[in-house]
Amino acid sequence: MNHPDIEPSHRLLAQDLTLGYGERRVVHEVSVAIPDGKVTVVVGPNACGKSTLLKGLARLVRPQGGVVLLDGEAIHRRPTKEVAKVLGLLPQNPIAPEGVVVADLVGRGRHPHQGVFTRWTAEDRAAVEEAMVLTDTFELADRAVDELSGGQRQRVWIAMALAQGTDLLLLDEPTTYLDVAHQVEMLDLLVELNARRGTTIVMVLHDLNLSARYADHLVALHDGRVVAEGTPVEVVTEDVVRTVFGLDNRVIEDPVSHTPLVLPVGRHVPHAHLQENR
Amino acid sequence: MLALVAAFAIRVLLGDYTFTVPDFFRILFGEQLPVSTFILMESKLPRAVLAVLVGLALGSAGSLFQMLLRNPLASPDIVGVSLGASAAGIFALLTLGLRDGAVSAFAVVGAVVVSAVVRWVAGTTGGYRLVLTGVGVAAAMVSVVQYLLARSNTWDVQLALRWLVGSLNNVPWSTIGLLAVSLAVLLPTLAVMSRSLEVLELGDEAAAGLGVGRHRTDALLLVGVLLTAVAVAAAGPVAFVAFMSGPIARALMGGRHSLLAGALVGAVLVLLADYAAAYLVPGVVLPVGIVTGAVGGPFLLWLLARGAATGRTG
Repeated sequence: MNHPDIEPSHRLLAQDLTLGYGERRVVHEVSVAIPDGKVTVVVGPNACGKSTLLKGLARLVRPQGGVVLLDGEAIHRRPTKEVAKVLGLLPQNPIAPEGVVVADLVGRGRHPHQGVFTRWTAEDRAAVEEAMVLTDTFELADRAVDELSGGQRQRVWIAMALAQGTDLLLLDEPTTYLDVAHQVEMLDLLVELNARRGTTIVMVLHDLNLSARYADHLVALHDGRVVAEGTPVEVVTEDVVRTVFGLDNRVIEDPVSHTPLVLPVGRHVPHAHLQENR
Repeated sequence: MLALVAAFAIRVLLGDYTFTVPDFFRILFGEQLPVSTFILMESKLPRAVLAVLVGLALGSAGSLFQMLLRNPLASPDIVGVSLGASAAGIFALLTLGLRDGAVSAFAVVGAVVVSAVVRWVAGTTGGYRLVLTGVGVAAAMVSVVQYLLARSNTWDVQLALRWLVGSLNNVPWSTIGLLAVSLAVLLPTLAVMSRSLEVLELGDEAAAGLGVGRHRTDALLLVGVLLTAVAVAAAGPVAFVAFMSGPIARALMGGRHSLLAGALVGAVLVLLADYAAAYLVPGVVLPVGIVTGAVGGPFLLWLLARGAATGRTG
């Protein structure tokens, strides 16, 4: 297949991708190229199709039109277990079986590397241990997953995804249900992994300001279409935020990270009377 | 495993005609002892072997369904698989006038067809819908059975009875052999496929991310349906064994799901239930399904009550 308009370095990309469930179209002819070795974040309002796009990139939703290419080949035509050696996905709500312990759960990430009759190898063990060390879950190895706190549990799931040992890792809202401190901790962890291992990361995030801070590459979706794509400085502008979220806003420089920071302008400005009185 | 050997020994050796261990092995290896040989080889041993096989099949199938569909109510005897086999068996027996092997074949096909219908109506949305659909289809199967029985004569109803209540009475060695051969194929298949079960437990999306697609769920369910069907074809729908084995095994395993434990618990359950059925009421050998049904009903209520209390189940 020849795609002259696309750089060969992009291992994962979507071309004119249309996704939907039955009659309902959710993503319309989206073309995105995921930069290798970078952190890409997909943002957009609720129900804009960002989760569906991520699932489409991970071959979980079959395209109604267009194609997802992984290393130049249509991802849906490749054997799913082969894809799982290259591309990992952490869904929004994975299920921890009752009573399962951390080491066992992380070990299940090795499934794509194990055959029907080949059992646990030294390589599997090393991958699981490394994943647990990187995510700081090694001391939790013998604990039951359902006894852990939300932040610990999410790190265990990341460890499972890491044990899979893929070059590309897709995550659907990895910070949901976490408080702000744990959100930052989680994103720091993912960015460190990206820096240390060169893992290409694609994730869907809710928080625009954290997205601008942690992303190398941002994709803004609205109504199933890409509205803007590029660096955070290019994408997070007052115009784009107004178009995508329908929100009147100001964008200033984040004093901590020097990335764009969105300040919403609501209809009410609380405490305005206090300022007038001064 | 130890409990299984113990229960097997109790069933074979004790009861109204007791054997000593040396006698048991002497008879087994071909020595002819008057009366003893007949009772052991034609009554006690076939029952015990059949109980183990049926228990293994139903226990593993039930645990498999419950793990795969993540719902303790989603066992084959509740979602209509067993009843599908019963209804097809009775249809073949009463309406088509078939006997023996042909009836069994109908039962297996019936179980597969009913399961396919349940699966198709429920769609891919997961366990909860499938349970509701299955309970509905099971109710429909009951009405089919009752219609067929109402139209038939008394003699045939006697024959049909074993398709309504599971029973280990008077099952010939040939049927037991056939069941053993079926299990010798199905159980290793299940063991090989159970590795993807570990991954499917994490949810459909996580499983797909790890390279295990939805068709794998269906393939596993089919193995579970076949296990149920061959057990029902041999001994009738022994009530609630599939349903009870998983939760009991989990309690014994400290909260963890395990197919092997479920299968072993199933075998012990059927052995003990059959022992109770044979000697509970003096002079009457009850069908084993009556005992498991009597125990299973309260068990279902207890599971529901506990689920309501802890907010789990489904």
